[in-house]
Amino acid sequence: MHDLIIRNLHASIDGAEILKGVDLELSKGEVHAIMGPNGSGKSTLAHVLMGHPAYEVTEGEVIFQGEQVLELEPDERARLGLFLAFQYPSSIPGVTVANFLRLAVNAQRRGPDGEDNPVRIPEFRSMLQENMDALKIDRSMTSRYLNDGFSGGEKKRMEMLQMAMLRPQIAILDETDSGLDIDALRIVSDGVNRLVGPEMGALVITHYSRLLKYIQPHHIHVLVDGRIVRSAGPELADELEREGYAPYGVQEAAV
Amino acid sequence: MAELTREEQEAVAIGDYKYGFHDDIEAVFQTRRGLDEAVVREISAHKNEPEWMTAFRVKSYQHFLKRPLPQWGADLGTIDFDNIYYYLKPVEQQAKTWDDLPPGMRETWDKLGIPEAEKKYLAGVGAQYESEVVYHNLQEDLAKQGVVFLDMDSALREHEDLVRQYFGTIIPYNDNKFAALNSAVWSGGSFIYVPPGVKVELPLQAYFRINAENMGQFERTLIIVDKDAYVHYVEGCTAPIYSTDSLHSAVVEIHVAEGGRCRYTTIQNWSTNVYNLVTKRAVAERHATMEWVDGNLGSQITMKYPAVILNGEGAHGEVLSIAFAGKGQHQDAGGKITHAAPNTSSVITSKSISKDGGRSSYRGLLQVNEGAVGSKSKVVCDALIIDEDSRTDTYPYINIDENDVEIGHEATVSKIGDEQLFYLMSRGLSEEEASAMIVSGFVEPITKELPLEYAVELNRLIQLQMEGSVG
Repeated sequence: MHDLIIRNLHASIDGAEILKGVDLELSKGEVHAIMGPNGSGKSTLAHVLMGHPAYEVTEGEVIFQGEQVLELEPDERARLGLFLAFQYPSSIPGVTVANFLRLAVNAQRRGPDGEDNPVRIPEFRSMLQENMDALKIDRSMTSRYLNDGFSGGEKKRMEMLQMAMLRPQIAILDETDSGLDIDALRIVSDGVNRLVGPEMGALVITHYSRLLKYIQPHHIHVLVDGRIVRSAGPELADELEREGYAPYGVQEAAV
Repeated sequence: MAELTREEQEAVAIGDYKYGFHDDIEAVFQTRRGLDEAVVREISAHKNEPEWMTAFRVKSYQHFLKRPLPQWGADLGTIDFDNIYYYLKPVEQQAKTWDDLPPGMRETWDKLGIPEAEKKYLAGVGAQYESEVVYHNLQEDLAKQGVVFLDMDSALREHEDLVRQYFGTIIPYNDNKFAALNSAVWSGGSFIYVPPGVKVELPLQAYFRINAENMGQFERTLIIVDKDAYVHYVEGCTAPIYSTDSLHSAVVEIHVAEGGRCRYTTIQNWSTNVYNLVTKRAVAERHATMEWVDGNLGSQITMKYPAVILNGEGAHGEVLSIAFAGKGQHQDAGGKITHAAPNTSSVITSKSISKDGGRSSYRGLLQVNEGAVGSKSKVVCDALIIDEDSRTDTYPYINIDENDVEIGHEATVSKIGDEQLFYLMSRGLSEEEASAMIVSGFVEPITKELPLEYAVELNRLIQLQMEGSVG
């Protein structure tokens, strides 16, 4: 049984249907890429999977770790092991990175009946330092306010640091429509490559095939107008790079 | 309305407000319900006061009668002045140790954590229960350096000249209706004198507890910080939850001499049946600094605008104010600064949070007198609204009578954004935890100014206020 199963997922926002029946199966150890032109529903899929309240799921199901997650709040999904790396993470002024990470880690460690099992401070500190070193994040970042005044690259690093600290089973990376520079691509790919393995799988959402030179996907899916219109192996990236989305009726490059 | 049963009170206390319990302590002396000149004279006579103080009280009472309620701010028309006990003495004598207090009362202080705090991080403590300070202590080495920290009644007996020199000079008896009321029936409060050059490193704390129903608490505080001296005074306050109203109306006067610095921190957490109507004002002389850190979380209605008169060249004044208005609460708070000398500077930072239909207002006055050249001031007020039912207003009054000044004013109103909530929840925080985190970040510029213990306490109170607010 796959860790994440999406069946016939339909979702709309403000009455407009964006996802029109998405099917996908993903397990730990795997990297799947979802590629698609602007407005195809890529970002919507990421947000619906995490439970963004603005979207309404009208049909279908999402099963994660054997549980129906569509009825769950975002925090419940997170505690089951789902993670979303945001394209545009919110800033939380006045809340330091260290404080936020500690509370988020503690939320993850909570027992099934909500009983607290807070991380010991020395353990937290060494875990944090190890991950920051691995991601080449300056130690001074922990005393800054979360994403407040961060550069684009710093925000990317912060998302990767959170992923590393929270150890999700499935991470969704929403990179849609971004003009990621080479630095940002490296940050994201290093962060993902470090963690993908028996403990984690990833769903990488991207418009551009460049990212897939850094993160090697096992499967690539093409999303057009709210449906997956083609699924294939990593070789599909080259085809998309050459031909763009034209074969799917959209005049848009994928590089 | 019927009084809540003990069980109901405790249920309420456990749910939202942890300090809603009360003791069954019989007063050893009390004036009858309501107020007239005889009651005023009775309080003074019971305290064996000098004649000038009795005269001051009576004059103040006459003014209180004549003075109308303020026609601005919160609605005070519901206060029933005839239903209040104006003086209630809980014990015969002030205790020198916590163990000397009646057991029930001792337990209350333990529950409030005061004896423990005293051991850990305070240089002195005054504990007022109803109208009298029932416990008072100051570290010995500070006493040896000439620091005086007493309840106001003892100070009037032991340092009458010093009290008389300042009492009612910074806030005259006819300043406003509630200052007049306090001047008529005041009891308890703190008196502090810090001699020249003495820096009191640890805070001095006073804690004000109302226990009885329909109680009026009218403490009176006077702080004199001499040249180049420093003190940080902290006050906390709580009361039981009753279905009828209590009144807290304090007057606080502070004089900071040349080069001195005073910081006055309040964490006000009255139960939501208390009217909290307080007048606080400081005078800062040459190069002196006065800082008010004012946290208003509790009470039904609070009207309070700590003021600084920058009276000497180079003086600096600050007001940092946090107000949290929950269900049924109206926090009308802010600050007042008067630049009365050249090259003075001031900062007012106000942060308010409104939720569950609560209402918070920032009301501030910035006055720059003619001749106060080179003065600088910055006013920042930020309001956060948690839900659609709640309300915030800003009333910034600015009077500038001098050209050569630098004034900045910024105001923002924000809501907790859906995207912020979703972001934090996607990391495993519940909606409540996420909201509380956003709020604690919002007030962080103020909590970071507090000593750690108070910052923790304030954050904890905010978390409590946030609980049950969403979902």
